[in-house]
Amino acid sequence: MSDFVRDLRLWFAPRRIREEGETPDYRFSLANERTFLAWVRTALALVGGGFAVDQFLPDLRWGARVGLALALLAAGALCALRAVNHWVRCERAMRRGEDLPVSRFPALLSLAVGAVAATMVLAVLLRRHG
Amino acid sequence: MAAGPAGGAARDPGLQPERTRLAWRRTTLSATVAAVLAARQCVADGPADPAGIIGAALSLLVWVAFLAVAHRRMRALAAPRPPGLTPRTATAAAACSLALACFAVALLV
Repeated sequence: MSDFVRDLRLWFAPRRIREEGETPDYRFSLANERTFLAWVRTALALVGGGFAVDQFLPDLRWGARVGLALALLAAGALCALRAVNHWVRCERAMRRGEDLPVSRFPALLSLAVGAVAATMVLAVLLRRHG
Repeated sequence: MAAGPAGGAARDPGLQPERTRLAWRRTTLSATVAAVLAARQCVADGPADPAGIIGAALSLLVWVAFLAVAHRRMRALAAPRPPGLTPRTATAAAACSLALACFAVALLV
């Protein structure tokens, strides 16, 4: 957790990250930036999905609808935060010549999305037959 | 770094700045979809609801903020050897999606 707080300080300190190590080939930085943007898109898609569940599934019971929407929105918010954090950590690792950071976040996110998808299948099926 | 064709500045043959610019554009499109859904949610109770109008205006504001961040970065990427992304830009872009998420939670609960 203290690692996270230290990373958090880097988010808002553009100069501090430049003080570390040496500037990598700009193409590596751009690749890191594209990865960051891909994560932001994922976050936006999850947030959009949360809105969509609430707007386009009005027949669902209130609890199920709000629960699904909140799960998607929480995943989106986490994704956005994690996008910046991962970008900062990758940038720092490249500057220091270290290995890129590994993370279990992608696995956790896929599990969460899978769980939401399974719940939606169940909800649709139950509505058909119920 | 391969030198570009005659007359051109040194250009990356892998078109990395271009690809990054297009990635920003894709992300802008995603932000547009999310903001439109947010605005739609706000005016769901009818167009006469003042709270709904304020909510829709706020989501529009978040969308414009994201457009501004993306536009500035896309202009910086037009250089042959663009400078790196700053943490501030990254945080601003992520904060826009976070704002939409918080917004959605506030509307739901």
